Amino acid sequence: MLIFEISARNRRAAVQAPRPIATPKDIPQHLLRTSRPLLPEVSELQTVRHYTQLSQKNFSIDTQFYPLGSCTMKYNPRGVHALASLEGFISHHPLTPEAHSQGYLKSAYELQDILAHVTGLNAVSLAPMAGAQGEFAGVAMIRAYHLARGDTARTEFLVPDAAHGTNPATAVMCGFKVKEIPTDKNGDVDLDALKQAVGPHTAGIMLTNPSTLGVFERQIRTIAKTVHEAGGLLYYDGANLNAILGKTRPGDMGFDVMHINLHKTFATPHGGGGPGSGPVAANDRLKPFLPIPRVAFENQTYRWLTEKDCPQSIGRLSAFVGNAGIILRASIYARLLGREGLCRVAEYATLNANYLMVRLQKAGFTLAFPTRRASHEFIITFKQEAKTLGITAKDIAKRLLDYGMHAPTTYFPLLVAECFLIEPTETESKEELDRFVDALIAILEEAKTSPELLKQAPHTLPVRRLDDLKAAKDLDLRWQGTIA
Amino acid sequence: MKPLPQNLKYSTTHEWVRIDNEIATVGISDHAQALLGDVVFVELPEIGKTLSSGDEIAVVESVKAAADVYSPVPGQVTAVNPKLQDSPELINQDPYDQGWLFQIRLQGDLPFTLLSAEDYQALLDAE
Amino acid sequence: MPFIPHTDEDLAQMLAVIGAPNIEALFDEIPKDLRIQGLPDIASGLTEMEMTREMKQRAAQDTVLACFLGAGAYEHHIPAAVWQLASRGEFLTAYTPYQAEASQGTLQLLYEYQTMMASLMGLEVSNASLYDGASALAEAVLMAVRANPKLSARRILLPANLHPHYRKTVETLVLPQGLQLDILPINEHSGTLDLAILKTEQEDLAALVIAQPNFYGGIEEVDALCDWAQAQGALVIAVVNPTAMALLKEPGAWGKNGADIACGEGQALGVPLAGGGPYFGFLCTKMAYVRQMPGRLVGRTVDQIGNTGFSLTLQAREQHIRRSKATSNICTNQGLAVTAATIYMSLLGATGLADVAKASHAKAQQLAAALIKLPGVSLGFKAPFFHEFVLKLPCPAASLIKALLAQDILAGFDLGLVSEQFKNAVLICVTETKNNADITAYVAAVESALSSISIEETSHAHI
Repeated sequence: MLIFEISARNRRAAVQAPRPIATPKDIPQHLLRTSRPLLPEVSELQTVRHYTQLSQKNFSIDTQFYPLGSCTMKYNPRGVHALASLEGFISHHPLTPEAHSQGYLKSAYELQDILAHVTGLNAVSLAPMAGAQGEFAGVAMIRAYHLARGDTARTEFLVPDAAHGTNPATAVMCGFKVKEIPTDKNGDVDLDALKQAVGPHTAGIMLTNPSTLGVFERQIRTIAKTVHEAGGLLYYDGANLNAILGKTRPGDMGFDVMHINLHKTFATPHGGGGPGSGPVAANDRLKPFLPIPRVAFENQTYRWLTEKDCPQSIGRLSAFVGNAGIILRASIYARLLGREGLCRVAEYATLNANYLMVRLQKAGFTLAFPTRRASHEFIITFKQEAKTLGITAKDIAKRLLDYGMHAPTTYFPLLVAECFLIEPTETESKEELDRFVDALIAILEEAKTSPELLKQAPHTLPVRRLDDLKAAKDLDLRWQGTIA
Repeated sequence: MKPLPQNLKYSTTHEWVRIDNEIATVGISDHAQALLGDVVFVELPEIGKTLSSGDEIAVVESVKAAADVYSPVPGQVTAVNPKLQDSPELINQDPYDQGWLFQIRLQGDLPFTLLSAEDYQALLDAE
Repeated sequence: MPFIPHTDEDLAQMLAVIGAPNIEALFDEIPKDLRIQGLPDIASGLTEMEMTREMKQRAAQDTVLACFLGAGAYEHHIPAAVWQLASRGEFLTAYTPYQAEASQGTLQLLYEYQTMMASLMGLEVSNASLYDGASALAEAVLMAVRANPKLSARRILLPANLHPHYRKTVETLVLPQGLQLDILPINEHSGTLDLAILKTEQEDLAALVIAQPNFYGGIEEVDALCDWAQAQGALVIAVVNPTAMALLKEPGAWGKNGADIACGEGQALGVPLAGGGPYFGFLCTKMAYVRQMPGRLVGRTVDQIGNTGFSLTLQAREQHIRRSKATSNICTNQGLAVTAATIYMSLLGATGLADVAKASHAKAQQLAAALIKLPGVSLGFKAPFFHEFVLKLPCPAASLIKALLAQDILAGFDLGLVSEQFKNAVLICVTETKNNADITAYVAAVESALSSISIEETSHAHI
């Protein structure tokens, strides 16, 4: 039932609203609303019960293993959430003068500092509100850098074919043409193709390392040299930073600018698809172009840097300071972990991924890159099963839901057919990983004996498999009834 | 897979074209519709628009993908398939006839890159 | 180990399965010269207890003030149930509903949100949210250019009374695509848009942006502006305060045809100020433009056995499928903030939300009326306002704001930060959260501040 369908005309949770008053007389009649918006008309208990019941129809990290590749679904510590929700932070207006904002500013400044150390890029802006906005900021900074030097010929951005879809979409938003670079059979960038592609039109390249294929790009030094020699700059997509914390740094690899997904590596809750936060880090060459505002520490006081301090900045990305509450959570998380804990993140995320990969290989599953180490994630492909059993990655994913586990990322990267991209994260126990392997083994057995069980899956969830075709063709994007 | 109609020309980007005097009718091949899956929406060009061959001119959208359609020939758009608005599934059901996309009044030479049915089949076999 | 469950025995067993001597060996594909040995420049970790003590001190440093500051972020009462429900782990720690069958809670909630928001704006369709109000406006501008059938139309008219940070954000996000942003001036007396524009004809205009209420809190003559822009072949983008739309005419009812796109900041609907975010941007439009819309959309459909269910739809527009041809690079929405807003709107209903709007308006009127009785103080603009107004002072706004801060009052927004010409003007906001005593205290504080500021300035003059 929709909340509208349990509504009744003129039922109200009146204690929630201010005392009613008459419609104002100073506003001209023709500028007032005359229609009644379709909002629910329910009691407080009905609301609480309805949304509690809806929540119970979700999988979440708090309730299920969630090995979604490239998304880093790790545990979101409760203490962090509680501390970021303290009254002084939660009631704080974003335009409050700095003298009354020192507590927040200090936490933001500390996060800037930690991110600089972790990335090897020494200037950080926390302004971007999501990874995709961080990407936009980084690519716009590269654009601004070339233009500031009077170099107007650089109109192309290079993007590997294995990249996240946001990469090419971002380059286009920044006004660039996209040139795709192919990947070789071991999952590395095709160097010959790269050398062919670079030139005086190259503004830069966007790379993820470890790549979306779950392996470390070993020729990164050569790639950086090739692009830099052609006059282009390197953008690092920080989606996979969890794999390398304290082990290697994008700044040392030769990258000029990158974004960090706080909702992945720094354990802030994903909230059903956001909010995220995507700070950007840059080297000295690109520092002047970072988005505003940033936090500075001068004369024992924290303050915001604005247009006046940063005349070459690409500008603002939001009305205020970015997703402050997420920034606060990431700062608290990073300081709880400290230098030892941050390195352990990469170590145990990598351990869990390699353990899971080897166990699945031994159980007969096909790895996409069997000769490579897993980073914090890896790919298995069901291409063979699709041919011999007529079972797709989607069928197996849906059946996993019946086993009480969220499916890994399916059909991404696009380069590997019928694939699962699996990222267990460091916060899962060995027992949980073993249960996952057992489930996949059992499902593969079912695929042989009773394939219909998979094709009809899921069987135990609030709904059976949904008709996506109908959803896209007979668009039903809002309820069009009336409250009785 | 449906057999390739022999009277059509094909492009390497999987459009087909049928030429009747000055008018070229364009659609996407059976192979292309099969790759896309169930088509849910088609974005068609404005009538009167002038094109070079290779121009992006339409978008065919399925649940999981969206593909650009490139004009295989140069000319001016004279008609679009009116049935696709309500029944985009015609592209899946009958790609070479009822599922046509648009018509173009030819201007200039046919591009030499257009393939015969035989050559297009060879291209598909190689993929 | 914080948040890592492995025992020594687990570790040994796992390494044995992998066939690696130690964890270090798992990083052997990283070239040696790129390896670092730990993060020595970062401090050691803290316990939750140590961290709690420190964060409580910091939160106390950021004093809770009596908030009369709005300027795009508004303090409203948030019913207790809103965040108790939104903070449930099943909402808080879920991800994007890609596996629809395992995400029916989030998906149904988003469908309900889309219904509520579309109806509040009087339009046919709402997306599942964008990052914030300013970036939502930038997305609306890009969308209007795509949706405008005239390919040559790449010019946008922005109102001079748009939030200055929105204007800056739009510049950052749309100028790389080569669009032209022109400014539509205001009438100096009313503070609303100068209607002289209505007599002009415009070419290649992709869209007109109208802020309702505008940055100064004033209410615009939306019908005439909307009709004029559409007659020029432009789309109309309404950037509105959602609370105000329970009282003021909704964008879908503007002029003869209604605004084409409505967007704005959703924070006022149950999301706390929280230092600036996370908030959420909303974006609604007519069905004719749905395929040009950025961001996620949830559709209602059926499952294999005919039961109603919900799933993400029209995904072919999005970056993970369409890559360089996507409508935007956006992937996430602001799901959690939208969860709160949906619950907030459910608890308040149409009547309650209108009560919030009317109470905020009445209290802003009450404060303005009291303040203009003070000597040297007057309203900056003559147009009727919603819950925010400009006050002209006999001294710099910065001095007044500083003086009131000493009494734990956040007096408003210093318009001198936007323009030197407005340095004696402050933008003040009052919502339903303020009672008569708060308003009286504010007036008294202004009165005493103005007298001490003028004494101070006089004594400075003597030296």
